[in-house]
Amino acid sequence: MSSPVKGRPEVVLRLAGISKRFGPLLANDGISLTLRAGEVLALLGENGAGKTTLMNILFGHYVADEGTIEAFGRPLPPGSPRAALEAGIGMVHQHFTLADNLSVLDNVAVGTESLWRWRSDRGAARRRLLDLSQRFGLEVRPDALVGDLSVGERQRVEILKALYRDARILILDEPTAVLTPQESAGLFETLRRLTADGLAVVFISHKMNEVFAASDTVAVLRAGKLVATHATASTDRAKLAELMVGRSVKPPAPAPLSPGEPVLELAGITVASGHGRPLLDGADLTVRRHQVVGIAGVSGNGQTALAELVSGLIRPDSGKLSLKGSVVEHGDPADMVRRGVARIPEDRHSAGLVGTMAVWENLIAERYHDSAFSRFGVLRRGAAKTYAREVIEEFDVRCPGPDARTQLLSGGNMQKLILGRTLAHGPDLILASQPTRGLDIGAVSYVHSRLLDARAAGAGVLLISEDLDEILALADCVTVAYHGRLTPLLPHDRVSVSQLGLLMAGHWDILRDILPETVDAA
Amino acid sequence: MRLEPRTDTPLALRLLAPVGAVVAALALCALLVAWTGAPVLRAYGLLFEGAVGSRFALTETLTRATPLILTGLAAAVAFRAKLWNIGAEGQLYMGALAAVVVGGGMLDLPAWALIPLVMIAGTAAGGVTLLGPAVLKVRFGVDEVVTTLLLNFVVLLLVSLLLEGALKDPMGMGWPQSAPVVEAAELPKLVARTRLHAGLAIALGLSVLLWLVDTRTIWGYENRAVGANPRAAAFAGMPVTRVMLRTALLSGGLAGLAGAAEVCGLKGYLTLDLSPGFGYSGIVVAMLAQLHPIGVVGAALFIAGIFVGADAMSRAMPVPNYIADVLVATSLLCMLVAGLLARYRLRRG
Repeated sequence: MSSPVKGRPEVVLRLAGISKRFGPLLANDGISLTLRAGEVLALLGENGAGKTTLMNILFGHYVADEGTIEAFGRPLPPGSPRAALEAGIGMVHQHFTLADNLSVLDNVAVGTESLWRWRSDRGAARRRLLDLSQRFGLEVRPDALVGDLSVGERQRVEILKALYRDARILILDEPTAVLTPQESAGLFETLRRLTADGLAVVFISHKMNEVFAASDTVAVLRAGKLVATHATASTDRAKLAELMVGRSVKPPAPAPLSPGEPVLELAGITVASGHGRPLLDGADLTVRRHQVVGIAGVSGNGQTALAELVSGLIRPDSGKLSLKGSVVEHGDPADMVRRGVARIPEDRHSAGLVGTMAVWENLIAERYHDSAFSRFGVLRRGAAKTYAREVIEEFDVRCPGPDARTQLLSGGNMQKLILGRTLAHGPDLILASQPTRGLDIGAVSYVHSRLLDARAAGAGVLLISEDLDEILALADCVTVAYHGRLTPLLPHDRVSVSQLGLLMAGHWDILRDILPETVDAA
Repeated sequence: MRLEPRTDTPLALRLLAPVGAVVAALALCALLVAWTGAPVLRAYGLLFEGAVGSRFALTETLTRATPLILTGLAAAVAFRAKLWNIGAEGQLYMGALAAVVVGGGMLDLPAWALIPLVMIAGTAAGGVTLLGPAVLKVRFGVDEVVTTLLLNFVVLLLVSLLLEGALKDPMGMGWPQSAPVVEAAELPKLVARTRLHAGLAIALGLSVLLWLVDTRTIWGYENRAVGANPRAAAFAGMPVTRVMLRTALLSGGLAGLAGAAEVCGLKGYLTLDLSPGFGYSGIVVAMLAQLHPIGVVGAALFIAGIFVGADAMSRAMPVPNYIADVLVATSLLCMLVAGLLARYRLRRG
């Protein structure tokens, strides 16, 4: 069906002058795009740049205020997901739309058969599913319950669901946000097979490395406008980052500092999980002043337990945790704060902040007992708000003022609020769990520079991240978590990404090559 | 048309929401009044007059509002901490029980000492009654809606048992009622030759006090944080379990105090019909007040006025006084809708 004019496959999708306004916000501003058969288009932009809005207009969830959409040369009626499906557009949402209690086959076939027929032709559906699954290397078990599948498998089911409906244009909204690095690589392989078959793919992302790993063309959105469209091969990271943010972004450059005395020492820490393998299994770790220690690992290998331990939320079943040389016997969150630990939680919405309370109330949440903020049980509201104004100023939190409700802040500003709450008091140890997850480039570089400033000021930083690039950019030493155990500290200049990948997958035998001296001792 | 969340609800709108809800409820119930054949405006006129139209009517309304303010505060305090205390009725009876035991003549004390002692006993009894379900909730995750609700019936049966047995008034002509509290335990009257008693002053004082605690103190700050997001509160180092138990003691205590004040201010002795559902009406009061301690006073006055006024109206017209229950229930439903509308705005397209 494609018209094989050499080098220029047919245009399958044409967006012209799409605009969409939400109240005072112009979410899409005159966006025009074309997509060709066999092409992977990456739609790159910061949070709130209008990527998802644009794709929701394309798929008929929203109606554009202005502009037209043409699919395969025919105009697409606005506001109808059904019309989009019939035109061959399939969408895989960031949050999957699968029924956990149905099998893979039922999930894929649901809605494709007429309700008036008295029996469904499951045999034909199964053959078709298996055929698609084989053709594109999307391995699934048709009879498995979706509730039992891993996130990566569920995503395969979503893609198969779209293909089953004869999608020729596939839209993926932040497809890698929930995937491990290995699963992401599998997804990109799938995309290559799909485009080889003539499908066109749009994938939405704010991660640079994915754009280079998977796309042919990259379109950059900023504040609702399409600022550039490039062939991916003809551009580079720095240029794209600048286009995305609107100014140049420098990668973090930690100044070399010699590590000081230890601030955090874990010795043989074990945390039981209640069933099966312990969450932490005899973990040893030392973090020193002027040092960033990165914890790499596929999620679920003990990072959460480690973060909760250092946060004071859980206690070890055995082993010793010391801060600045003194053993912590019965750590609780308040105790950890008193001992100079700044804790940046993994989930800022649910664990970090109380959304319905004011900014100032969240800023004093860890130290409202201080005589600066309360006396004889009575809050010193004036003093607390004055303090809040100072922190807002110093940490560049964009909000109407200390009385603003916290849930109205953007993700980046919420994180700045947490940084302000924890870093304003010159901590000795900083626990940063996924400190930049879900943040846009501007906020990410802010968080990084603050962490490095604290390191220069003498704090030790324990950085837990699923983003290897982040770890390698910031950390002086890296340790890999696998099945609740931690490798010895590896200096960041002696370990490569591929070695880290192997360690993350449990191939610890290569430690001998990286650190010949310490492994013999262990 | 669709609903969009408001970023911030202006104060005027928050105040307007309950007023709008009440007007809507009156309008809806006008249909029922009209159905009985009575002239609607005159019926509502009589209701209003019966509630606030005379010295007698006004003091009756205030008397009726007294326990409602206290049970309303009990519900508001608990609900703000997401502790769903449906057991204020039982806690009220436990408070009343403690009042007749402590104030029943076993202590020979002057009024200035006995009254506070009886009130404290009632408060403590109510608080301890809710402490059980609260401990089960924080330790084992037992749903407090079920335990507090069912405990109401346990308490009522316990009171019934005692009123037929150990506490039965020997001078009571065989009625299931307790011996009256001694004179020194009786709350003074606020207005001579009416039923209005000092319980109202206590209730009003407590609602102001609770508002100050809520907004000005560490306690209130912790309560609000734990109620809104217990995970974040725990992460920041707040004592979440202690806050929950403290809230339970306070909420149950307020309901218990309502019972003690009813006994010592109004009835003088304990019977099984001490409360016409004050504990449950307290939930309505709290919801109408949007869980605000000062708002509770207004909501309690409104509901008390409806009940007192409807009694007066039903004596003069063929409208049964059940209309009060319907009005209160309709107001609650309208309030839930109004609360939603205050948090969202309607937008076309």
